[in-house]
Amino acid sequence: MTQSHLAPEVMARARDIVALYPHPRSALIPLCHLAQEQDGWLRPEAMAEIAELVGITPAEVLGTASFYDMLHTEEVGTYVVTLCTNIACMLRGAYELLHHAEESLGIRTGSTTADGVFTLEDAECLADCGRAPCLQVNHRFFGDVSPEGFDKIVDDLRAGRLADEVPHHGTLVRTERDGGLRVEAETITAERRATAAAMAERAATAAAASEAKANG
Amino acid sequence: MTVTDAPKIVTSRLGYDDSHTLERYLATGGYEGLRKALSMTPEDVAKEVDAVSLLGRGGAGFPAGRKWSMLRKAPTSYLVVNGDESEPATFKDHLLIERDPHQLVEGVVIACYALQVTTAFIYIRGEFALGLERVTAAVNDAYGHGAIGRDIFGSGFSIDIVVHPGAGAYICGEETALLESLEGKRGFPRIKPPYFPAAIGLYGEPTVVNNVETLSNLPWVLSNGSAAFTALGEGRSTGTRLFALAGHVKNPGVYEVEMVKTTFRDLIYAPVLGGGIPGGRELKAFIPGGASAPWFGPDQVELPLGQDEVGAAGSMLGSGSVVVMDDSTCVVRAAWRITRFFWRESCGQCTPCREGSGWLEKILRRIEDGEGRESDLELLMDISDNLAPGVSWPPQQTTICVLGSSIPSSIASAIRMFRDEFLLHIKDGSCPQGPAPHG
Repeated sequence: MTQSHLAPEVMARARDIVALYPHPRSALIPLCHLAQEQDGWLRPEAMAEIAELVGITPAEVLGTASFYDMLHTEEVGTYVVTLCTNIACMLRGAYELLHHAEESLGIRTGSTTADGVFTLEDAECLADCGRAPCLQVNHRFFGDVSPEGFDKIVDDLRAGRLADEVPHHGTLVRTERDGGLRVEAETITAERRATAAAMAERAATAAAASEAKANG
Repeated sequence: MTVTDAPKIVTSRLGYDDSHTLERYLATGGYEGLRKALSMTPEDVAKEVDAVSLLGRGGAGFPAGRKWSMLRKAPTSYLVVNGDESEPATFKDHLLIERDPHQLVEGVVIACYALQVTTAFIYIRGEFALGLERVTAAVNDAYGHGAIGRDIFGSGFSIDIVVHPGAGAYICGEETALLESLEGKRGFPRIKPPYFPAAIGLYGEPTVVNNVETLSNLPWVLSNGSAAFTALGEGRSTGTRLFALAGHVKNPGVYEVEMVKTTFRDLIYAPVLGGGIPGGRELKAFIPGGASAPWFGPDQVELPLGQDEVGAAGSMLGSGSVVVMDDSTCVVRAAWRITRFFWRESCGQCTPCREGSGWLEKILRRIEDGEGRESDLELLMDISDNLAPGVSWPPQQTTICVLGSSIPSSIASAIRMFRDEFLLHIKDGSCPQGPAPHG
């Protein structure tokens, strides 16, 4: 068997996620997040395997993923810094903060620093307007951010002081589902065995009937 | 100014640091509403919810009880929770999701019982990483506690709840787009009719889609009874509601206040609420219910926070977000930024919305950059008329969903209220605050 791009433990989690839904395709977005957790962004190899898992083509995965802002089909930095510039944040200095961020990181909005550590994005409302202007780093919130506060966040991230709060880009949900209407493995095996036996019995009956008919 | 002493229905636990845990939830009356519901018949639970006139808290304000009653009877049906809160300056569900996830879970189970639905999906906007972790943990703990899963609290009723992350798309808050997204597709709103997923919804099966805050009310309604709920508010706008206050106020934040009995003035100026406008500045305008809502001016601050009252005044309570703009605000820039938002978030299915949003954004930007033309205001209204014929309220629709017809609201009200300021930009060839920001 050829080695898959998604690591075995990631593949196992992916199969668990697919099993949660009545239709496999529903798992598409969660699986894209999972692939980003492994790779930091959505690689073509990962999209091909997601397509296999949910029963569609790789082109359909790309076509869907490219609709969504959080799914990156190009490589991004370890930390994706997303500043909100929508109305509530704009009224409280979001664009001034964005321009400061560009100068401070030495990049324009939408690009990544040469060392591959930071990607800067401007976002639509992130729903933390009580602490405007706000930003997210890998979807972890920082509110009431001043230019000095921004520089401190960047310094802390570089120095690894926020490693617990902010995982690497792509890691979205660190809590795994452990409840559910789980069925024990023995039950599944027993039911499968019973079904197979019933099918064999029906086949045997049908074969006997057609034989009897042929013999007239 | 008065702030009524109405009880906190959905924010009662927020004073606790551990409000998101099962321990705190159980210590503060958690899952009692569900136990009460399970002692009643599903029909009686639905009747109780219908009786309280629980207007949907997502934006459209459709009564939850009526929505439930339209669910087509079928062997398979679903409940889907809309937690894709993305309307600009709306951040109330964010709070409920992160700080009281068990209250939401309990509301979901109560709704499922009333509807006799056995599978629920909680769709949460992807950017709420912490919220997704908290709701996932709450679902895990609720399974352990016997509040979800097989034979809930020994009642014989069973359900399964799946927490589903979005991936960043405003349009997925539109319920049919949300269902498409949940089916693993691009978030394209579906063509209506059917107008309600209650007929044809997720996977083509009957589906009820309810907002996070709407469902978070249910535990309290069941525990305290419908009479206690309808005693609050007035007319159709019963109970309390969360208002997300943002922009130029001293204390931006989410406030739970009694509907109708509270006014915009109370919300913006009361010391225990918004606290007024900082820096001794004056109110210039405010947006009463999300980016899609026509703006109000200072003469409308006495309006009560009631759905019908605000509707009659020509706007909407919408998603419960209020954006305050003081007299230093450039209204051209504000209208431009809101239009830019719609342009970026248009899904691209319908031509008037996809093209119109971009044209409007470009024209507003050039006015703000000092390159506006005398004919631009007329042109803005003409394009708006293609998106929402007549540019009236409520808007007429030329597109599959209401995003397109919502775009002209802010532009039309900004021009109506501040025409001189637009003309000054064009005449002087500049904005007093400089050109529009890039980005």
